[in-house]
Amino acid sequence: MTDEPLLRVSALSKFYGSRVGCDNVSFDLWPGEVLAVVGESGSGKTTLLNCLSTRLLPSSGTASYRMRDGQFRELYRMSEAERRFLMRTDWGFVHQNPADGLRMTVSAGANVGERLMAVGDRHYGKIRATAVDWLSRVEIEEDRIDDEPRAFSGGMRQRLQIARNLVTGPRLVFMDEPTGGLDVSVQARLLDLLRGLVTDLGLAAIVVTHDLAVARLLSQRMMVMKDGRVVESGLTDRVLDDPRAPYTQLLVSSILQV
Amino acid sequence: MTDIATYNFAYLDEQTKRMIRRAILKGIAIPGYQVPFASREMPMPYGWGTGGVQVTASIIGPDDVLKVIDQGADDTTNAVSIRAFFKKVANVAVTTDTASATIIQTRHRIPEHPLTAGQVLVYQVPIPEPLRFLEPRETETRKMHALEEYGLMHVKLYEDIAKHGRIATTYAYPVKVEGRYVMDPSPTPKFDNPKMHRSPALQLFGAGREKRIYAVPPFTDVVSLDFEDHPFEVQTFDQPCALCAAENVYLDEVILDDHGGHMFVCSDTDHCEKRRQEGHRGHLAPEIHLASEKMEPAR
Repeated sequence: MTDEPLLRVSALSKFYGSRVGCDNVSFDLWPGEVLAVVGESGSGKTTLLNCLSTRLLPSSGTASYRMRDGQFRELYRMSEAERRFLMRTDWGFVHQNPADGLRMTVSAGANVGERLMAVGDRHYGKIRATAVDWLSRVEIEEDRIDDEPRAFSGGMRQRLQIARNLVTGPRLVFMDEPTGGLDVSVQARLLDLLRGLVTDLGLAAIVVTHDLAVARLLSQRMMVMKDGRVVESGLTDRVLDDPRAPYTQLLVSSILQV
Repeated sequence: MTDIATYNFAYLDEQTKRMIRRAILKGIAIPGYQVPFASREMPMPYGWGTGGVQVTASIIGPDDVLKVIDQGADDTTNAVSIRAFFKKVANVAVTTDTASATIIQTRHRIPEHPLTAGQVLVYQVPIPEPLRFLEPRETETRKMHALEEYGLMHVKLYEDIAKHGRIATTYAYPVKVEGRYVMDPSPTPKFDNPKMHRSPALQLFGAGREKRIYAVPPFTDVVSLDFEDHPFEVQTFDQPCALCAAENVYLDEVILDDHGGHMFVCSDTDHCEKRRQEGHRGHLAPEIHLASEKMEPAR
């Protein structure tokens, strides 16, 4: 681990006309760290994620990313070509709805291989071997490699999306409600898988979720957002066990006890 | 019939021809790049070669000799009609002979006879965007061309190998032009792809409905995409042409009867006829009778 952060975010704001998307958000993210962003819907967490992943341009503020050569680059000053290259090599983006992140009409193997081909891999045998390897790592049987994701269950699609993102060995992964819409047993296995992958690969991740249990399982640190602002941030266990901001207290106390 | 004065030379007005020539020049300057142009309504339906006809109309002069082929043949409806059209509106000489033509408008074949410097091959293109079936958004495909993001093209070839064990794309096989733009060579069989590479002839592509023109200047690198372990290959045929016995040419299957009888013949009719005139005979070629007393076969 280095003593320099991977991502530095400073005073990031996004306004939709007069409406606030997110307002004055600052934080650092270190390599291998998983940061959860929690809050109710409409609190600006997805806006924040989209700004960080350069899918949206913020109204003001800066975000710098430490490239593989150790140099910090200002994300919003990069050319579109550089941003898109970063997006498909050093970054991953796991959508809540796998259909948004997968090509539903090409096979699972091609979905995993696309990033490899995008960075210039031109050997079919090697691409396929890598795809087989990644499918097994996300617990998809090898004989499903030529099936289209349309034939997959929701949980399998989500695991395929994760494999597709991780195949180029990214250092930072953005996840938007990765377990949304899955039933609890599938969620549990997916979380287990994600936790294993994040640890094994030393990934840094920013996970947006409204599910505090997901945040507790996956993340070391969390930020609580409300009306576009960060109302509380700290170590996940501290925030959940000893919430200080009134809104966090409300959020924590709203968890259903079974 | 001789109301040619009511048309401008080559049907299109001069201002339109200038606009199309500008698009052609830009296309030649950026090989493989699809140049948008203000495609006009033509007196024929979309899909019948409106793009090719506009390109031909813009470059043709009174001294040009025009040849038009449709799937290699000079005698099909589309080819005959377009040839008659230019004869009428431009009063140019027309031919079926590849070597003596200066402009060859083609639908989906490159003639077997090698093209030479000074000739122009005009392709009729239905869908100019090679990435279209993989990425339906035009804004996105233009961005992908601009940023040279062509990984998706290989996804298609990957799918072919995964499903069929080999690259099963046989026509509209994607090529990379001069190491930069990925281009759809129009639905020519991939058999013709190697003929595009460093061709001495100028190759122009017109897509009327899609309003795009692109070009491959003479002596430009045109490389078919492939994988290292699945290299590009052209189709091969088990037997020679049934009429002229030509090998290493592209053959069409012709159904002879309703009992499964069929034969394979040259798709390039001009090439086939020339060879038969030279005396080449395939196994189904009709008997020729040089002596007049043998003209009438016994029935």
